[in-house]
Amino acid sequence: MTVALIIEQILNGIQLGTMLFLMASGLTLVFGVMGLINLAHGSFYMAGAFVTAIVAATTGSFWIGLLVGTLAAAAIGVVIEFTIIRRLYDRDHLDQVLATFALILIFSEGTYMIFGSSPMFLSIPQELRGSVNLPLDISYSKYRLAIIGMGIVVAVGLYLLISKTRLGMRIRAGENDREMIGALGVDIKTLYTLVFALGAGLAGLAGSTIGALQSVRVGMGEPVLIMAFVVIVIGGIGSIKGALVGAVLVGVVDTMGRVFLPMTLSNFLPASQAMSIGSSISAMLIYIMMAAILAFKPNGLFGSK
Amino acid sequence: MTTVLNSLKPQALVSTLIPQTREHWINLLLILGLVGAALLAQYLGERFYVNLASRIAIIAMAAVGLNLALGFGGMVSFGHAAFFGLGGYVAGICAYHAFNMNPALGIGFLPEGTNQMLTIWAFTLVLSGLLGLAIGKISLGTSGVYFIMITLAFAQMFYYFGISWPAYGGEDGLPIYLRNELPLIDTNNRLTFFFVAAAMLLISLWLSQRLMGSRFGAALTMARLNPVRLATTGVDPQPIKLMAFVISAMITALAGALYADLNGFVGPNMLSWHFSGELIVIVILGGVGRLYGPLAGAILFVLMETWLGGVTRYWQFWLGLILLGVVLFARGGLLGLLAGRDKDV
Repeated sequence: MTVALIIEQILNGIQLGTMLFLMASGLTLVFGVMGLINLAHGSFYMAGAFVTAIVAATTGSFWIGLLVGTLAAAAIGVVIEFTIIRRLYDRDHLDQVLATFALILIFSEGTYMIFGSSPMFLSIPQELRGSVNLPLDISYSKYRLAIIGMGIVVAVGLYLLISKTRLGMRIRAGENDREMIGALGVDIKTLYTLVFALGAGLAGLAGSTIGALQSVRVGMGEPVLIMAFVVIVIGGIGSIKGALVGAVLVGVVDTMGRVFLPMTLSNFLPASQAMSIGSSISAMLIYIMMAAILAFKPNGLFGSK
Repeated sequence: MTTVLNSLKPQALVSTLIPQTREHWINLLLILGLVGAALLAQYLGERFYVNLASRIAIIAMAAVGLNLALGFGGMVSFGHAAFFGLGGYVAGICAYHAFNMNPALGIGFLPEGTNQMLTIWAFTLVLSGLLGLAIGKISLGTSGVYFIMITLAFAQMFYYFGISWPAYGGEDGLPIYLRNELPLIDTNNRLTFFFVAAAMLLISLWLSQRLMGSRFGAALTMARLNPVRLATTGVDPQPIKLMAFVISAMITALAGALYADLNGFVGPNMLSWHFSGELIVIVILGGVGRLYGPLAGAILFVLMETWLGGVTRYWQFWLGLILLGVVLFARGGLLGLLAGRDKDV
């Protein structure tokens, strides 16, 4: 177990955390401002990846694909918000769960109908292939490093948007008292649509970038969605800061657990047993962490209510 | 049917046996329809449809369990697949060790599994009760959206555990080569197994009805509608909800054990969050908070799955559209449509 390996795995964990943050920040904003639980958030992730794959294949440029994919996910978000989600804001959570579960079915099966079940491939852009040498003799994938960089840019951008702009002020006001800002003359419907589109766009961005690391296929959003739920439950629903801390925590714990738990156990147990027990426990690790955190802080680390 | 024992007056007896409202008539028709369909299928030699009726009965039973938490208790559990899968795996693992004649879980002093359904059911009830207690205790410390996500996350935890635990098949699942046995009853006969499943369904419906008609049911209803008011009358809502959650988990787990025996197979898909979602869909399609809603929903769901799935590979697309329509426009579900808005338990 060398220092280089540990640092590499920490970076991998942060990279996973970056993706989770992009998903979780949208989810937590939508919940904080509109009080909506959106299971179909993973569908925007998938939509972003598919559009990026198609556009990148036709134009030959990953970057155009990434831009179009992100915008397309946001646009789909606007359409869905306009037609369906809007009717769910004043319903109870059960109705929201059901309607967005129905949306998952429609999106997933619809994508099957159009693209079939074989995965699509999206390759890493030329500029970011290969690896860079970091200090301490570590060589690390350029693309993954770029994802981490993008995550930092998005986190700072979101922070500035929420705390420094008029739109951000309205979003914060909306989290505090929805009716009051409506009464003060803010066009609340447009605000809701914007917030939803922002969340959908971030999910699309996450899907597009991950699509190049893994394959682009139906159902790719679901595991990420559920991890994003764990993230926002740990961080406190509605808190972007919580989403950031939770995402990095979950990303690092999950990645480190998968690598180091079997290794550590193999010191005490026969190799095959250590592998199976280690992998089973590491698969459960983030959920155990969630349960432990909730046992002490039922509203998450940064939850308000 | 149910209050016969404690209503000795002849009029009361008659009134419980003869349906009083449209909903009672429909409930009776649903049960008789299911049993009739199984008998007809057996008579015509359509083995597939006998098993389909068993499938409906078992899925309905799982949904009856969920309905207790979701419909009557207002606890939107998105993780009942954990209990369903637990029941399935108990049946699968017991049968696996009985078949291979090696000690359970690979631990030397434990017995060599069992192929007796009654023992398996007892195990299932104890384990799912304990699991329900643990999950319910942690989840009920929160409410609303947190509750939904936490139950979902716990179910995912067991799903990933099931996938990555290679001893019992991992991703491939675990076959049950010989269906487990009951004393005096031949469970390998399709129709007999259907009657076992239907009897279990009726028992769980009866139990739900008794529970909801009792003091406990009144408290549970009030814990859903107005927990503060319930607390002011001196009843703490939390233990009531926890108990309802545990009973709900046990019923669903027992259905899972039966389901594994029906299919002769148990796999991680029984633990998947899609199944949790489908159970909620079944409860809602049938009509939430109605005693026989889960049965109506299960009949509708399984028939749609079979027939729509035979017509198009993409039947879940249409299921999604129907579900969306039900949520947005027809909130009473199937029983709400057939029996009117008036609910009774």
